[in-house]
Amino acid sequence: MAVTKTEPINGSTTKSSAPPLQSMPLKSDLLSILSLKSLRLKTKQQELLIRVSILCLVYVLAFITRLFSVLRYESMIHEFDPYFNYRTTLFLTQKGFYEFWNWFDSESWYPLGRIIGGTLYPGLMVTAAMMYWGLRFLRFAVHIREVCVLTAPFFASNTTLVAYFFGKEIWDTGAGLVAAVLIAICPGYISRSVAGSYDNEGVAIFALLLTFYLFVKAVNTGSLAWGLASAFGYFYMVSAWGGYVFIINLIPLYVLALLITGRYSMRLYVAYNCMYVLGMLLAMQIRFVGFQHVQSGEHMAAMGVFFLMQVFYFLDWVKHLLNDKKLFEAFLRITVTCAVGVGAIALGVGTASGYISPWSGRFYSLLDPTYAKDHIPIIASVSEHQPTAWSSFMFDFHILLFLFPAGLYFCFKRLSDATIFIVMYGLTSMYFAGVMVRLILVATPAVCLISAIAVSATIKNLTMLLRTKSKVSQTGSTKGTGGGKTSSKAMLDQSQPFQRNGAIALLFGAFYLLSRYAIHCTWVTSEAYSSPSIVLAARGAHGNRVIFDDYREAYYWLRQNTPPDAKVMSWWDYGYQITAMGNRTVIVDNNTWNNTHIATVGRAMSSYEDEAYEIMRSLDVDYVLVVFGGVTGYSSDDINKFLWMVRIGGGVFPVIKEPDYLVNGEYRVDKGAAPKMLNCLMYKLSYYRFGELMTEYGKPPGYDRARGVEIGNKDIKLEHLEEAFTTSKLDRSYLQGQAAK
Amino acid sequence: MGPIVIPCSNYKGKGQDILAASSSNNQIQILNAERRIDLSSHIVKVFLTLKVENVGTSPASEIFLAFPPSQADQLALVKAQAAIGKKKKKSYVHLDVNPTQLPDAPNGTKYFSISLLNPLSSGETATLEVLYILTHSLEPFPAEISQLESQLVYFRDSALILSPYHIKQQTTFIKTPSTKVESFTRVEPTKFAGRELKYGPYEDRPPYSFSPVIVHLENNSPFAVVEELLREVEISHWGNLQITEHYKLVHAGARHKGVFSRVDYQSRASVKGASSFKHLLASLPPRVHSVYYRDEIGNISSSHLRTDYRKSELEIEPRYPLFGGWKATFVIGYGLPLEDFLFESPDGKRYLNFSFGCPLAQTVVNKLTIKVVLPEGSKDPSAAVPYPVEQHLETKYSYLDVVGRTVLVLEKKNVVPEHITPFQVYYTFKPIFMLAEPLMLASVYFLFFMACVAYLQIDISIRK
Repeated sequence: MAVTKTEPINGSTTKSSAPPLQSMPLKSDLLSILSLKSLRLKTKQQELLIRVSILCLVYVLAFITRLFSVLRYESMIHEFDPYFNYRTTLFLTQKGFYEFWNWFDSESWYPLGRIIGGTLYPGLMVTAAMMYWGLRFLRFAVHIREVCVLTAPFFASNTTLVAYFFGKEIWDTGAGLVAAVLIAICPGYISRSVAGSYDNEGVAIFALLLTFYLFVKAVNTGSLAWGLASAFGYFYMVSAWGGYVFIINLIPLYVLALLITGRYSMRLYVAYNCMYVLGMLLAMQIRFVGFQHVQSGEHMAAMGVFFLMQVFYFLDWVKHLLNDKKLFEAFLRITVTCAVGVGAIALGVGTASGYISPWSGRFYSLLDPTYAKDHIPIIASVSEHQPTAWSSFMFDFHILLFLFPAGLYFCFKRLSDATIFIVMYGLTSMYFAGVMVRLILVATPAVCLISAIAVSATIKNLTMLLRTKSKVSQTGSTKGTGGGKTSSKAMLDQSQPFQRNGAIALLFGAFYLLSRYAIHCTWVTSEAYSSPSIVLAARGAHGNRVIFDDYREAYYWLRQNTPPDAKVMSWWDYGYQITAMGNRTVIVDNNTWNNTHIATVGRAMSSYEDEAYEIMRSLDVDYVLVVFGGVTGYSSDDINKFLWMVRIGGGVFPVIKEPDYLVNGEYRVDKGAAPKMLNCLMYKLSYYRFGELMTEYGKPPGYDRARGVEIGNKDIKLEHLEEAFTTSKLDRSYLQGQAAK
Repeated sequence: MGPIVIPCSNYKGKGQDILAASSSNNQIQILNAERRIDLSSHIVKVFLTLKVENVGTSPASEIFLAFPPSQADQLALVKAQAAIGKKKKKSYVHLDVNPTQLPDAPNGTKYFSISLLNPLSSGETATLEVLYILTHSLEPFPAEISQLESQLVYFRDSALILSPYHIKQQTTFIKTPSTKVESFTRVEPTKFAGRELKYGPYEDRPPYSFSPVIVHLENNSPFAVVEELLREVEISHWGNLQITEHYKLVHAGARHKGVFSRVDYQSRASVKGASSFKHLLASLPPRVHSVYYRDEIGNISSSHLRTDYRKSELEIEPRYPLFGGWKATFVIGYGLPLEDFLFESPDGKRYLNFSFGCPLAQTVVNKLTIKVVLPEGSKDPSAAVPYPVEQHLETKYSYLDVVGRTVLVLEKKNVVPEHITPFQVYYTFKPIFMLAEPLMLASVYFLFFMACVAYLQIDISIRK
């Protein structure tokens, strides 16, 4: 309508230049290109334009919403594990691939060392190094740190594109667009992909979703090319994160479900076989994974399903040949029993002979949430391995939590191979998300996709309702008296007068909910997930911003002012940071591969000073690092982690008994604390000379602000250690083993 | 690429007339010499006032200063000026000082020659004022101290001024940073009062008289030494001058031993940690912008910038207080408006006029490297520096560079704040080169969109 109205205005200009047109055809072409009429797009083109621009905006949005921490603090690496990744990436860019693969790191796990090349997933580092080299080649003089900091947001942006294509594959383009928007700002995903959170997950979620998308595409099309692509996606995922085990178990489960529901097809056969065989061969190229695909219990489901597929295909072929129902049924019985028998025997022999390794503790702890608490304290001690609370579901998913079941309903209503996949992905990952906080991340893409289906389908239905009505009324008004068919339809619509208003109200409701979602996501990102945790910021008394930069103060002091071969003992949390920022050798770090070694450190921390000194001498320790937050009220310090040290130490060395540190099952540091507690190394190091300090006005000296009590032992004398450095506000002490050298 | 030799305007050939000089030793005598040694910081400043007389027959054009070999290594700078006019209308004229050699130098004595403006004719007198600066000449003793002790240092010199000339009368004053002096060598007459130690006056001393003295005194001034300083000055003709300074700072005083207690340090830092220092002051040019202060592991949040229209002051605090032997490395970067520093010379060349030396107050730089990164496409770089420096050229690749930028590297050892004077770098540059990079970017975008259009327009499917 509007365009036709503008035509006369435009037409006058074209008319004036009309006479010379024939003489100059070229100019007329140009003019017609310039005229507004030709700029008018067809509906399809309009739709494409809108879609592409929405995708571009989402792409940019996903990137910039993750930059809070860079703008608020600085371009830096966050948390603990990312420091290791950063250090290895730095090594890779400086020394090259071969050195990287053969890297034996003597700076960690002293005196054992660690073969880095064979014990890490190199996907993240290689990705960052590739981007770095690419940018360098294009003469962008970037620093590797900037590349690492922005890797996660960049991959989050790419994930939105994959989510769009995935949504398009399982539902329609509308659902794809909504999925892209939802996943771009979903806090569950942002928590692991803000700028500076340079961790495997940042790349892995992209790889995970890409693999799933390509696999579903392969199943839908039955094309070898897509199967191959999904195998490569799987290879990338394997190289990036240990979570690939989820893929290699979910896909066989999905295939099995299709087989059981009678949805077996040639497409499925091609897709799964291509993906599994090639993916397995490719995954074996990753040194850390090696032959696990054929040797470990966690990967056996995939292999079993692979053989099952062959049996199915064989049976199909035999059925086709025999053409006799009775004969076939007999044959079926024999083959199935044989196949199952052979499979069971193979599995039994493999397990018994030790060729197939049993399930690992981490895998068990996923299936049984209480397993880790009883058997592996080191897994249980990590806060992100705790079972998820309802509040964190609400926090990370917000309205998606309600849209998820709605989406499931839509999926079941329009069941297809693709929707079955997304339903299975959603349900299994939701279960895992409930078991471990950090696995909310894996569930996020599924939740976003399923919710997107709900949102898209609902809005589509509602707008359809509105549009048909208005069309009818329009045709009614323009044509006046239409045919009997339209009038009867209008009559039918008019019989439901509230329907239209209801649809409008529901639409508004949906928009309100979605806008609340956007606000919530931005708020969560800004408040909860964008702090680097190395630097802490607080509000001072006058509303000014106070920065606690004590971690780096301590690490930098170590880096500059200790001998280059000094060994630092600390709790494993700080291991990666000390090696990356302090550039010094550590006894244990966040790669918790040797429980005994960690337990030794835990034992040293929880023993009396002279016993601890002996342990420290046997480990060649020069410095001990203790994080103490009693002055500033920083609560995640070593005293609060101390019980885990006792537990882990006691798990290996029975001399350490947890009840010795507790009073009536209560953990306390004040006068009523257990005598062993008051005299163990950790207590002494943390509270050395703390009794003289006035921390808060109106409180007695030696008042611990983190725990809100006055400490129980104010007269601490150190016999074997001496204070070497203490940072200004937070990290209490570095103490040096006097005669340890 | 390789090293290029660029003649420095002030640096004349050494020992042009050695023979004449040796014969002239006898024809000059010093009537009165007064030396004031300032030990209040770790940079030792010596002000020498000489009243010289030509007692010979021929006019003398040069006066020689002599230094013992140990001091010659510590010598960062020698400056001389002549006083002209009578008392009230006194004005000073800068004189050229150059290292030189004399054939009959006893015990490896090193010389500097001061070229007089007008040769001193027979019987005439002239007053010369000399300033020389010694670095690393205060030796901490004891070499290791704990947190609670204050820092004591040895200063070694001669009570008599080493000189190739006969000195009729001389006095030496040593200014100490505090009244606390542990011990000093007596060479009568010697007097210590307040914060000043006086040696002399001594009468009629022959050439090359030497009388070693040791002063053991307290000096808690920050012994801030920058072991290496790399200053990178990057010129962008789009209007910005970007400076990046990489520091390797060390506390060069008595080494810290034993405990560092934060409880003590925070209760009374001036007493319990007297020898340490916590912050440094960098004076930057006015109109400075986008200042940052960081190190290998990230931004250092403790710095304050004060700006006014004459100068900018940046107060920086390393991550931790520096005790003896402790190190800190960091980077300071800032941008400056180009029009304040880049000019066009009459012959059509452009030149950068920038200050030489280290912006940190009261610091010694052991090795200073200044890299002037010229814009891509500039030619014929040459530098004019008031001191002898080593120079060579490098190439650097920055954002979107194709052929690389020419970098002029200037290196100098042992730099003190007195070295801060402007230096110039001349080069030729065609403004059209400024457009190279934007055009490159624009064409890449153009090609990208063209490729998109082509992809959408052309049907490349095999199936029809």
